[in-house]
Amino acid sequence: MEAFTSLAGGLAVAIQPANLLFALIGVLLGTAVGVLPGIGPALTVALLLPITFKLDPAGSIIMFAGIYYGGMYGGSTTAILINTPGESASMATALEGNLMAKAGRGGPALATSAIGSFVAGTIATLGLTLLAPYLVEIAVSFGPEDYFALMVVAFVTVSATFGDSPVRGLTSLFIGLLLGLVGIDILSGQSRLSFGVPELYDNIEVTTLAVGLFAVGEALYVASRRHVHEEKLEAVRGSLWMTKEDWKRSWKPWLRGTMFGFPIGALPAGGAEIPTFLSYATERRLTKHPEDFGRGAIEGVAGPEAANNASAAGTLVPLLTLGLPTSATAAMLLAGFQQYGLNPGPLLFADQPNLVWGLIASLFIANGMLLVLNLPLVGLWVRLLMIPQPWLYAGILVFATMGTIAANPSPVELVMLTVFGILGFLMRRFDFPIAPVVVGLILGPIAESQLRRALSISLGDPMTLLQSPISATLLAIALLALVLPFFLKGLGRFKAVED
Amino acid sequence: MTSSPQRRIDVAGLVIAVILLVLAGVVWWDMSKLQILSPYDLGPKVMPIIVSGGLTLLAIGNAIGALRGDLPARESLDWKPIILILGGLACLIALIAFGGGFMIGTALLFAATSTAFGRRAFVTDFVIGAVIAVFVYLLFAKLLTLSLPAGPLERLF
Repeated sequence: MEAFTSLAGGLAVAIQPANLLFALIGVLLGTAVGVLPGIGPALTVALLLPITFKLDPAGSIIMFAGIYYGGMYGGSTTAILINTPGESASMATALEGNLMAKAGRGGPALATSAIGSFVAGTIATLGLTLLAPYLVEIAVSFGPEDYFALMVVAFVTVSATFGDSPVRGLTSLFIGLLLGLVGIDILSGQSRLSFGVPELYDNIEVTTLAVGLFAVGEALYVASRRHVHEEKLEAVRGSLWMTKEDWKRSWKPWLRGTMFGFPIGALPAGGAEIPTFLSYATERRLTKHPEDFGRGAIEGVAGPEAANNASAAGTLVPLLTLGLPTSATAAMLLAGFQQYGLNPGPLLFADQPNLVWGLIASLFIANGMLLVLNLPLVGLWVRLLMIPQPWLYAGILVFATMGTIAANPSPVELVMLTVFGILGFLMRRFDFPIAPVVVGLILGPIAESQLRRALSISLGDPMTLLQSPISATLLAIALLALVLPFFLKGLGRFKAVED
Repeated sequence: MTSSPQRRIDVAGLVIAVILLVLAGVVWWDMSKLQILSPYDLGPKVMPIIVSGGLTLLAIGNAIGALRGDLPARESLDWKPIILILGGLACLIALIAFGGGFMIGTALLFAATSTAFGRRAFVTDFVIGAVIAVFVYLLFAKLLTLSLPAGPLERLF
């Protein structure tokens, strides 16, 4: 198997002591930051990006793998112990998990989510290992028009298909695309939407946007409605360990969750929300203990949590093989690659096999580290959850502003951060999804360069997009994905199971 | 999200639609100033045209939603903490812009945010913020060798 030879090569990179250390630091930092309420994996990665500026690419990207998986683990801890999922993908976990914690079974809930994440993460990373070489082979034959069409599919599915409202999702996406236009156009050397501000000439930083939308926006939003909502932390009482009964009830949901999560994450469809709610609904239907649902059923934690992690590993398939980020977190990882001038895609597999396979091998290692570290350290993570809310958000804002100014030492960058913070606040208030903005900013310029390449080959004839069979098929899929939600009003309504 | 039973025109939703239309106009105006280098295709103008067109359509879509009262229900809003946090950020930006360094600004931001979240100990929090600022400065500037804007206080280190 060619994939395993490559993986063995990657493993040799990943087990170098320095890289193991980077993975460990990443895992610990990712969990510590991800466990803080209101901080999802995307913001975890964005906040920690400046720390990796001075590392070498391999070490930095391996550290990122740890941060990514650590942030996921941390997020589910928060979802279970406080009913505030840092992101929509943890919402299903929070439903039953928080009820279990309230019933004094927080320990087993954390355990099944940690072990389930490990099982799902390992299977899904294995899926990534096997699938990546095939996709890379297919991707090599793609022309620019096919890439552009593929990105259109990603744009539509990320923003319109699976959200509450296609109009609001597409609005978010186009705000991201607009922000992606700002700066000097590399091909023609002309500046667009810069209005003579020098800081705007070198494009808008994805980290500034993400930190503004997620950190500042979230702080403003939570502060503005503190009088309406009060968060309550559930103490972890009783045994941490799962009983034999718990194991028996958990292993099938883990595997089923993985089966939902990985394919949906690996398709450029974006969002772990759908597989987690599909898994929740399935477990609820299949359970032998229906009376437990609504009072803290372990199946309702095991399944969605596995689905969440499998889908997170799944999103790495389009990200690494095609350079296509389909979630806000994947967009941040892409930004991490770009800071070293690396562009994920088939070429990266050919040019830098050690880096890519080292990253994939590190995912296995990070996953194992998390399993070993997380359960014994759960007391420490819980203590982090107990930081008083005023200091927590004050600390987040201080770190957010410092990270921004360290990356780009100019007050204008902080003004942008503040403006994006206000934008994030307004979007939360009016229920516009945030992830499409981030994906639009980072993927927009890439899509533009593919489109222009295709158009210059065809001497400006837009019909070239329909003449390639791959591109025509993909555009048809995009059109279908765009129109479908208007007809099937119930498609995005998996949330209804909440009630 | 279920729409509210009484379908009223949502003024905020209409404002959003107008803002989107204005953005579409700005993108179009900016695009019209670009020069085309190749006689065959639109080059740098292609994407702005798509974005401007899309924003116009979405402005219409949002306006229809607002007229039908489709926007999700919103909770009451407390403006005071928002003004406090934005004020803290504004102080930080001003201090950095006028060479005051970031430490005082960071301490102010920390104290302002924690006040916004209901704490009533501004001086204590200012000191905590200052300690965190020193810690972050040492981490970023000395350990990671990133440059942070320096004022009189930072030069002491």
